[in-house]
Amino acid sequence: MIANIVEWLTSSATWSGDTGLWARIVEHLWYSLLAVAIAAVIAIPLGLWVGHTGRAKWLVSLANSLRAVPTLGLLFAVALWLGPKISGDLAFLIPSVVVLVILVIPPILSGVYAGVEAVDPATRDAARGMGMRGMEVVRQVEIPNAMPLILSGLRSAFLQVIATATVAAYIGLGGLGRYLVDGIKTGDYVSTAGGALVVSLLALLVDGILALVQRLVVSPGLTGGRSGRSRRGRRNAEVANSSAPAGMSADGGGVVSDAT
Amino acid sequence: MEWVNDHWGDIFALARSHVWLAGLPLLLGLLIALPLGWAARRWSRVYPVLISASGLLYTIPSLALFVLMPLILGTRVLDRVNVVVAMTVYTVALLVRTVADGLGSVPDHVLQAARAMGYRGFRRFFGVELPLAVPVIAAGLRVAAVSNVSIVSVASLIGVSQLGNLLTDGYDRFITAEIVAGIVACVVLALLFDGVILLVQRLLTPWVRAQGGRA
Repeated sequence: MIANIVEWLTSSATWSGDTGLWARIVEHLWYSLLAVAIAAVIAIPLGLWVGHTGRAKWLVSLANSLRAVPTLGLLFAVALWLGPKISGDLAFLIPSVVVLVILVIPPILSGVYAGVEAVDPATRDAARGMGMRGMEVVRQVEIPNAMPLILSGLRSAFLQVIATATVAAYIGLGGLGRYLVDGIKTGDYVSTAGGALVVSLLALLVDGILALVQRLVVSPGLTGGRSGRSRRGRRNAEVANSSAPAGMSADGGGVVSDAT
Repeated sequence: MEWVNDHWGDIFALARSHVWLAGLPLLLGLLIALPLGWAARRWSRVYPVLISASGLLYTIPSLALFVLMPLILGTRVLDRVNVVVAMTVYTVALLVRTVADGLGSVPDHVLQAARAMGYRGFRRFFGVELPLAVPVIAAGLRVAAVSNVSIVSVASLIGVSQLGNLLTDGYDRFITAEIVAGIVACVVLALLFDGVILLVQRLLTPWVRAQGGRA
């Protein structure tokens, strides 16, 4: 069986063409990027606003309680409701993207909110004392300080989208999920497992790249690079930064604070 | 509502299956994560290794993990064991870190007091460290429970029946009521899991209430 899968994965016929692996990978990444970008445009300003003003915290709770809704259910409900209203190819694309966006708003929102919320009040006061005004504080103090959590929210959002886009093949979306859904339907385990391997590797790769971006973008003042910090301090920064499993801290904190 | 009234039997049977598929991995995952989390706490070099490894496991999309399980376990594609093992992997991935951080949250002076009173090794772990880590571990368990309940529903795509069947069947046959019933049932189940964990946490940490502190 494994030999068959390796053969499938290494055959050039598998990779080429409009429905080949390359095309599916590009599609998958395109849907994921699109959904995360739309969700980020909505969730980042909202999270900054809630975190900065401390108003409308129920928005974060609401977003978090959305997590209990099964992804699959949301996907099917929106597809049945929106699908018939749209004609052509977009009938598959739009419902899927809408659901993906709805799904990844919570991790991004709670990441941004938790990041801004966790900024040391003394730091904020110092910024005000230096004469910074509202937006300046947000831009020059709160965003850089919140960066590790903002990025881990985005990272977990991206991974969630990659996973859910796979499932969305059931409602007709393209991408790598096609191999899994079609393979299961036709009983072709070789391409099912092959597609599953590729989508897993893609997720790992994206996670790795985002971890790298996280390391590059976060201010060295936060990661405690050179200066003589305590071992514990450095370790905590490390955990918050790159070695942390994508967005788990943001997720965990979010759901817990929601329930208490 | 009419659809629901005609199908209570099916819904309960699927819900029972869902409870097993989401709940059993929660217990297994906790059992595996406890020693791993302890090790991560005990040896500082183990910590980053375990955290990165669990992060990588959590990265794998659920449908892909379900589908790849037969390859790793040698099971049949439709076997329920695939789902249980895959969900256990996710649970462990989430909990290792929680357990390590929970044990780390026990204040140093408490550990010293315990040592002064003669608590050592296993007795100190089970008598002092673990009970004090319960709130943090329970919080992680609640996150895992909610996410397990949601992920398990994806298993209907590989033909393992649980509440997710209401979703796929409702979609295939254009029965909106069935999809809504599936979503509501999943949310109710997630809330039930959450409630049970909270209750057990309360029972295990009577001192939290005695202090009037927050749960």
